[in-house]
This record gives sequence, C-alpha cells and structure tokens, in this order.
Amino acid sequence: MLKIDQPMHIKPQILANLEGEKSWRLKDYVARGGYAALRKILREKTPPEKIIAELKESALRGRGGAGFPTGLKWSFMPKQYAGEKYLVCNSDEGEPGTFKDRDILRYNPHMVIEGMAIAAYAMGTARGYNYIHGEVWDVYLRFEEALDEARAGGFLGQKILGSDFSFELFAHHGYGAYICGEETGLLESIEGKKGQPRYKPPFPASFGLYGKPTTINNTETFAAVPWIIMNGGAKYLEVGKPNNGGTKIFSVSGHVNRPGVYEIPMGTPFARLLEMCGGMRGGRKLKACIPGGSSMPVLPGDVMMQCDMDYDSIAKAGSMLGSGAVIIMDETTCMVKALQRLSYFYFEESCGQCTPCREGTGWLYRVVHRIEHGEGRPEDLDLLTSVSDNIAGRTICALGDAAALPVKSFVKHFRPEFEYHIENKKCLVPVDVQRAGSRIYVEHAAC
Amino acid sequence: MLELEIDGKQVQVPEGSTVMDAANKIGTFIPHFCYHKKLSIAANCRMCLVEVEKAPKPLPACATPVANGMKVKTRSEQAVTAQKGVMEFLLINHPLDCPICDQGGECQLQDLSIGYGGSASRYQEEKRVVVNKNLGPLIATDMTRCIHCTRCVRFGQEIAGIMELGVANRGEHSEILAFVDRTVDSELSGNVIDLCPVGALTSKPFRFSARTWELSRRKSVSPHDGLGANLVVQVKLNEVKRVLPLENEDVNECWLSDKDRFSYEALNSEQRLRRPMLKQGGQWKEVDWQTALEYVANGFKAVAASHGAASIGALLSPHSTLEEMYLAQKLMRGLGSENVDFRLRQRDFSLDGKAGATPWLGMPVADFARLDRVLVVGSFLRKDHPLLAQRLRQSAKKGSQVSLIHATADDPLLPLHASMTVAPAAFAASLAQIIKSVAEQKALAFDNALYQQTQTLPVSAEARSIAASLISGARVGIFLGNLAQQHPAAGQLAALVQELARLLGARFGVLGEAANSVGGYVAGALPQGGGLNARSMLEQPRKAYLVLHAEPELDCANPLLAAQALSSAEMVVAMSAFQTRASDYADVILPVAPFTETSGSFINTEGRVQGFNAVVKPLDQTRPGWKVLRVLGNLLGLAGFDFESSEAVRVAALGGERASVADRLRSDVGAVAVILATTSSAVERVADVPIHFADPIVRRAPSLQRTRDACAPTARMNTATLGRLGLNGREKVRIRQGQGEAVLESVVDEAVADGCVRIAAAHETTSALGDMTGPITVERI
Repeated sequence: MLKIDQPMHIKPQILANLEGEKSWRLKDYVARGGYAALRKILREKTPPEKIIAELKESALRGRGGAGFPTGLKWSFMPKQYAGEKYLVCNSDEGEPGTFKDRDILRYNPHMVIEGMAIAAYAMGTARGYNYIHGEVWDVYLRFEEALDEARAGGFLGQKILGSDFSFELFAHHGYGAYICGEETGLLESIEGKKGQPRYKPPFPASFGLYGKPTTINNTETFAAVPWIIMNGGAKYLEVGKPNNGGTKIFSVSGHVNRPGVYEIPMGTPFARLLEMCGGMRGGRKLKACIPGGSSMPVLPGDVMMQCDMDYDSIAKAGSMLGSGAVIIMDETTCMVKALQRLSYFYFEESCGQCTPCREGTGWLYRVVHRIEHGEGRPEDLDLLTSVSDNIAGRTICALGDAAALPVKSFVKHFRPEFEYHIENKKCLVPVDVQRAGSRIYVEHAAC
Repeated sequence: MLELEIDGKQVQVPEGSTVMDAANKIGTFIPHFCYHKKLSIAANCRMCLVEVEKAPKPLPACATPVANGMKVKTRSEQAVTAQKGVMEFLLINHPLDCPICDQGGECQLQDLSIGYGGSASRYQEEKRVVVNKNLGPLIATDMTRCIHCTRCVRFGQEIAGIMELGVANRGEHSEILAFVDRTVDSELSGNVIDLCPVGALTSKPFRFSARTWELSRRKSVSPHDGLGANLVVQVKLNEVKRVLPLENEDVNECWLSDKDRFSYEALNSEQRLRRPMLKQGGQWKEVDWQTALEYVANGFKAVAASHGAASIGALLSPHSTLEEMYLAQKLMRGLGSENVDFRLRQRDFSLDGKAGATPWLGMPVADFARLDRVLVVGSFLRKDHPLLAQRLRQSAKKGSQVSLIHATADDPLLPLHASMTVAPAAFAASLAQIIKSVAEQKALAFDNALYQQTQTLPVSAEARSIAASLISGARVGIFLGNLAQQHPAAGQLAALVQELARLLGARFGVLGEAANSVGGYVAGALPQGGGLNARSMLEQPRKAYLVLHAEPELDCANPLLAAQALSSAEMVVAMSAFQTRASDYADVILPVAPFTETSGSFINTEGRVQGFNAVVKPLDQTRPGWKVLRVLGNLLGLAGFDFESSEAVRVAALGGERASVADRLRSDVGAVAVILATTSSAVERVADVPIHFADPIVRRAPSLQRTRDACAPTARMNTATLGRLGLNGREKVRIRQGQGEAVLESVVDEAVADGCVRIAAAHETTSALGDMTGPITVERI
C-alpha cells in the first residue's frame, strides 16, 4: 500500500487514490475510474487529430527530462505511413536521484498502459514496447502482470473493447545501462544491439525502432494522458501554469526529513515542496540543490529558494527541471566529494561511442578525484571548465552535456570550496560536520 | 539539387548529400577519422565538427544533411575550437609512440595533430593501456593506439559481409576485439589495415621492416584472380616491402583481397630461382643464360627433327603476361607446332574451333555491380572472386537478387534469393529446369532438342523461384564460375546459359579464373586446327614441353596425368620464378621474372588491358619472360622475334596500335547440342582451388599459408553421404580416383551437395588424384 504525503488541497492526477490494498491491480484501477478515457475515445470514435489537439492545448511537456511538448511530438508521426509504426515508453529511469517512474509503474501501471493505448490510437500504431530499467526487477514483473490483466480485460490486443482498434504492448527490461535511457540507445537495445545512441537526424519519428517511424515518451508523460482525455486539455493547463500544464511528480532525495515522491502542480514554489518534504533534516540550512536530476546544473540554496517548480522558472535560474529529481544538499555536504560521485557516474556510464564523452568523462573524474584526495593543482579548476566546454554540445547524445553541466556548475557556484581543497588539501566542511549530516555515520555511531 | 555555401564558396549537391559530400565536391578538406566514403556514417570521432549558421552548436559534417541555403564554416573559430577540442581528447589516451609505430608517416592522427593538436598535453593523469589481440597471421595489433573510430568494425559488417571485429565494453574501457579465441579470417581482412586511421591495426608481414617514407610507390596490377586489382607496390632497396590498393573505382574500388595484398612475400622467398640450370647426368648444374638457351634451342630442334614439331607442346600459366603468352605461342608456331594452351584447369574443349570467341565477363565490372538479377553457376564466389563477390554483396544490399547453382552451399556472405546445391553432374539439369520454367512463365519456345529432353524433367521449387526472379529483373546477368568452366561438360553449360540468357534478354559471361584468362585468348595462346589443347597434350604425351610459370602437377585439371606426361618426356623446359617440382622432371630450368620484375600486361575478365612496369630489378640472374622467349626465337632463327620492348610485343599481341580488344570479347558459343546427363549413383568429387593455393606466387607467401584459408585439404561431405559410405567424419579415408589415390581426413560438411566429396585441388596432398570432378571411391583405412 502506498502512503502518500499529500496535503489535501493539492490534487494529484497520477498518484491519486492509490491507498487501496493492491492499487496496481486492474480491478482497483477500474474501480477508481481507470480505462474510462480509453473507453470514451473508442466509444465516441474520437478523431485522432482531436486527441493530439487536446494534448497540444494541455501544454503537457515530456516528463523524461527534455520537456518537449508532447502534442507536437505526436503530430510528427507520419500519418499515411504504410507499414509498422511503433510506440515506445521510456521507463529506463537510471539517473541518480530519479525514482518517479518506478513508483508510477509500481502502484499505477494501468494508467501507463491506458495512456499508451490512447497514444497508439492517436498515432495509428499497432505495436508498443515499454522499456523498463533492469535494476527494478519487481517493477518489471509487476508490469508484465498488468499487461496480462489488460489483455485479459480486453484493454490490449486485437479489437480493443469491441472496437476496430488493435494495439499490442510488450514489456522489455534493460540490463542497467544508464545510456539505454537515451531514446535512440533504448531503441538499439530493444533491437538487441549494444545500447549506443544514434546520431540524429534522422529522428525516431522517421527512422526509429527497426527503422520505422517511432514515438518515444516517458512513463509519466503517458500516465498523464488519461486525465487530459477525461478532463480536457484546458483544464490540465489550468492546473499548472502557461506553457507548463498539469502536475509533475518530483522525486526528492537528500537532506530532507521525508524524501520521496511528490506530485504537485507545475509552478508550485520550491519552498512549498520543501515544506511538504518535512523541511531540511535537522533544521539545517539548504546549501545546494540539483532540481532536475544529477545531469542538470546545481543551484545554490538561496537561488533555489526563490524558484518555482516548472520548466521556465528553473531554466531562468540557470538550471533545468529535467526529470524532476530534486537532490537536496545541506551545509554538511562537501561539494567536491559530491561532484566526485557525480562525475564518476558519468565516467562509468559513458557508452564510449564518441570521442569527447569517452575520453572526457574519465578526465573530468580523475581531476576531481585528485582534488578530493588532496592532489589538486591551482590550474585544475580552469582545466575542468575547459574540458567540460569541450565535451558539452560536441557529442552524439546528451550524456556528454550531462557529464559536463554538473562539473561546470559546481565549479562555478562553489569555486571557493574547490580552491580551499586544492590549497589546504582537505575539505572546507570539516569531516565531523560532514559526518553529522550523514545518516550512515550517525546511525553507525549510535549502535 | 540543393545549394549551400561552404567557407564562402557556393556548391550544388543532390538531395540527400551531407555537408562532407559537398565539401569533398569543392575540394574543401574537413578533418575526419571515422568517416570513410565506402562505409556507413558513424559520426563518432567528432573530428569533422563544423559551424553551421543558425545551429546552436557545431555539427558533424559527415552526418549533417545539406539543407538548401545552408551556410557552413569549416575554419571558423567555433569549428576550429571544436576540432581542436576533439583532437585533444583523441590524444590524451593515445600512447604517442610514433617513433616505433609502423603507421608513422601515413597516420591520419599524426597528420591532423600537426594542425589541430597542442604542442604539450594538459592531461597529466595515467594513460589507458589496452591489451593487444591476436587477429591472425596478417593483422598486427597495438590496441592502445586505437581511437575507436569503428571503421574496421563497419568494414566487416558492410564490405566483407561478416562481423569479425566488434567493440566490447563501454566508455573508456571500450576496445576493439574479435570473438573469444577467434581471429579475423575474411579473405578481405587486410583492408582494415588501410582503413585504420592510426597504428592500431597494421600489417603483420610488413611489421617493422621499413618506414613508410623510405618506400617508393610504384603502380602495378595483381597477377592473381580475374579482376586484376590495381596495386601500389612499395619498394625499398630493390625489394618489394608491401602492397597496397591503387584506387580504381571501375576495378577494385579501394579494396584488395588478402591474396592480392600479401602474396608479395613470395617474391622475396628462399624458393626463388636465381640462375639458369641444366640437368646433366642426373645432376643439376648452374649455367649461364647463353648455355641454357642454346641448350633449349638445340633441344627443341632435335626433338622436332626426330619426332616432328607436333611432338612439342607448351603449357602456359593463365597468370603469365599477355606478352609472354604471345611470344610463347609464336615460338611454338614458329617451330611448327600448334600445341599451345593456357587453359590448364579446363577439361572440356568441345567449343574450340566452333566459337572462336573470347569468353569474358560479358560486361564491364561497373555494369556487373549494377545488375538487379544475378545467377551464378558453379563458383566458390568468395574465395574465387573475393572482390566481385563483394560487388554482389553491395548490390544485394540495394535490392538486387542473387541466386546460385553450385555443388556446395558455402555462405557467400550475401543474402541469396535462392540456391540449388547439386552435384556438378547435375548442373546442366538444374539450368535446364530454370530454362523450362522461364519458358513456361514467359510462354516462349526454346531449343527443340533441349525441349524434348526437358519434357519429363521435374522443375524444383528453387528452379521456379530463380526463374521468376530472373524474369522480374531489368538488368539480368548469368555467369559461369570457375567450377563451371572446369566442368567436364563446360561447353554444354555455356550453351545452356546462352539459351537462358536469350529467353530472358539477359547478358551472360564467365567470371574469369585467372589474371590473364582473357589475355590468353587475345594472345592466341591456344591451339588452332589440329593442335593439341592443354588436356590432349597430356593424354597424348609429347616428347618435349615448354612450361611457362605453371606448376602442372598443381595447376592442371588432372595433376596425375600432367606429372606422368612430363616425367616421360624427353625434354622439359621449365620457365618459372620459383623452384618447383620441375627439378624432378625438367631438363632446363630458366628463372623468369614474376610480375614485379617485368613489364607486361594482363587483360582482366571485363576485357580491360592493364599494362604495368617492373617495380624492382630482376632478382640475380632472373630475366623477364618476354625477353627470354624473344632470345629463344632468335636462337631458333624464327622470323618476327626482334621486339625492342614489351610495348612492341603488346602491340603485336593486340593486333596493332589501334586494335580493340572489345571487338574480340564474345562469350556466346553458337549452336551446341546439349545432352542432359543421366545421374549416376557414384560418389562424385568436387574440387575447389583454395584461394591461397591458386597460383605459384600465392602458394609461397608464408603469411597467407598460415591463414585458415590455407589449411590442408580434407575429404568433406555431408552426413548422408558419410552414412552411405559407413564413415563418421572423423577418420582417415583413402580416396581413389582412376589410377590415383590419396589419404585424407574425412570431415562433416553439410554444405556439400549430397553424393559429393569436396576435396581441394592445387595442393600436394591431393596432386596424386585425377580430375577435379568425376567419380571417386572413398574407403575407411
């Protein structure tokens, strides 16, 4: 059973009414109004263009990280294409700090299935895949069960609910490579190849899975669709703010009292979100926050406190909303050590296909590692910035940018801390303070 | 057409072009590593980043499609900064061991680092080291130098048709390797050495033997298969050090087969002949040329005087030059003998005197590559014609349908439309099935005698499918491969192919077996009138033989017959570049130059006359063959042997300054009565000529002899055949063919047609056997 800490006046759309014993079961989903949207469009024979128009009006933006308008993306699918077209759901949620799709699939998988079926109807695709992160095995198994239920219930398969619309949906699990969350790397992986992003153009809308037109959306994006169909695009937009429709699920982690998954309307002030999370742990001060997952630039605490949680506001502050993974760091955090962790992740997860990322991520990690271990040199900070500049925007996919942006922003916003490290060969934040902020050390000391 | 601007220059390119294509068109160089015009676009090296107006970041020229009105800057600050940034990344983990690297001097990374690299490195961390791989006897590795451009991987997948190399692991740990415990065995593998932009993959035979800038580059032509690949032979101190492709889009494109590339090792081998030798009193003695040639002239005169000129015969290798063949036949005819032939592996000469034409490909190679329907009869495609097979592979990828009739179902590494795997004796019936089916489907009449025979002939589903495929084509070609040309009923196969082509309105021809298979016809190196051909010269042993560049005990259709005939002759004159078994049966051995030490020309299977010059001086006392034959002509007092140069010989051979070879190229065979053989229950031999045993040069190339393609012949057959013979496929068996026998290992090979045993020819372990096809007996020892 999911316990959701949501103040009553904020109405979730995706994580709504999940208090039932087994909210992921078809029975429970139908009982709380599930598959009504699919029934509605099939019964009313809603023209596909109308669904896409509805989505455009809703200002739903891709929840995977890039925030691309979903209605626009769906309209790119060639309509008169003779042959197979594919629909793919990207549930390969692998970035440090993100865990929203996991909970959607864990507690509300049928909403994703319904969203995909509606999308398939709107784009005329007969076959879809949901690519699920390989390290959340229980979620994959649960989704397979949900697919079986949906097929048995007539919501998937041939002639859905007695209509002429057919849609086959399959689950596909990854093996834990971060890069397979990049949409074209994901397609390669489904095709059974090594997960390496493709160069674009051609874009998946014209050359996607098995070379066929393909639309790829994030799990949360699909999950948002049934609500929009039932309530209308205008209403969805109204929930959020202009150009940022609806609610957004944030996975909040780090130094807060109640880390977890929170669904709030777009444009909610960050301070409000922090409050919902029970505030900073131990009442300490917010030092820094990565608002959109580890690949986005870090923002200093005071800047963050002024932000609203939507694409445009965060972008204005110099970062990106990304996938909505909010990583909270309080004053006990050593920013050098934090960056070392992050840059190791990108070094480890680079696919190695293109030069700047393959060679550059290792370079960045090694330099940060050196600084953290008291072997930094004064020229290292400029070097880090310069190497980051040489990676960002020069790679096949966005992993290069993802590796470079944290490094640049950490050095930019917390330069004195890095300089202190280099000069004094130790942390600006004393070790005992760091330990006081770490649950591992605190709990270890207690026992 | 799209119009764009590159560095201020206007250029027009067709729709679908990339910025790189456009830049190439106007000669603007954009630095790159992973891009290669013959390979798919990978866009992974990022070296070709250029500034495109209105694009927020630099874009890779190789992968960016041209849009109308695009403005590209390849040398702007943004572009050059990006290019320099990439170069820095490429160099941080590169060992920078240029002084000990074979690629040094011809290394793209080294060259581009001059323009884009820093003079010192900002990278102070530890460098990556990658363990070297064993890719076989031809390709040396220094994997630490690899820049992961994946050209070698793409080459395997796209050109060679088999993925033998791949990228394992990811990120900085990515490395190029072969499958576990496997080597790179493709017959085109050496091309990855050329493709590798750094020193990660280099030539193993060439390794550490010279620096590239010490080598002079000289043009030549490959003396091996019928394609006549264009070569750059690299020479240092009068020794051939290396062979590279000379790009010729109409012939070999930018590729070479491994045979073309590595056979040069034989030229420097210990087995080269150095001086003329005479056998006197059973002992070989080195003599000077004068003595040797006088001995030969006197010997021929004596034999002619005592037994008649017709008792002299000449066996010429189809790998001899046009000039050598021309002078050899002129010499024979001057002596009064018509017995001269170069078609050593041919068995059926029934077309001689009827066709009077020159079998050839039937079209230029460029057209061959553009056919949309192809039928090949009797060819070990990949091994007999590596680069023509590669052409078919590319056209099949673009949708052309290729079908095969052959005795083994070896994978040609290209998608086949259909194939019929039958014993050689059933080739004719298979073709007849297709003819019948085509005639039925098109409602056409065909040759009445043949029609009568096909009345009761059942047409298989494959034959019908091939027929339907051929009918549906716009550019159809039908070809006889080596095995079909060596077939005991080759003339009938040619007639059937001709009839099929007539019904289809298709073109037909042969895939020429050797470098000068067409040249032999043009030179007139075959008997006229009552002369004896290569087969009958052995069946009716002559008193004296002239053997040019050939090893009859390996190169003739029936090696046993050849060995017997030569051993019983009174005089055998062997002209060869190498020590051969001629020392057993010859009386005079004359060291003549291989293709690198003489000028000459080959006419390839498309009828292209390709002349070449000597690239090194003849070894020791070796002399160019054409000069030796000219002097012999003089010594024999024959008229018309006063050529001053090989060019003069060529002009004479071609029939005048302006004579065109094209007029003489004709594969059609006229009217031939076809009698479809009844199938026999006998076990039939199928002989391939393994790629690295096919001629005297390649047989002596040590590195090629260590490849998997050069493993010793075995007796290969399918399980059913093995079962009928009471064998299990793992035992030694005795093969008997006529009077000959050989002991071989039996091997299970499901690709071999039922009732057939595949036993390679051209190898000493099988040279005691007879013909390449025909009944044999197999028994367990």
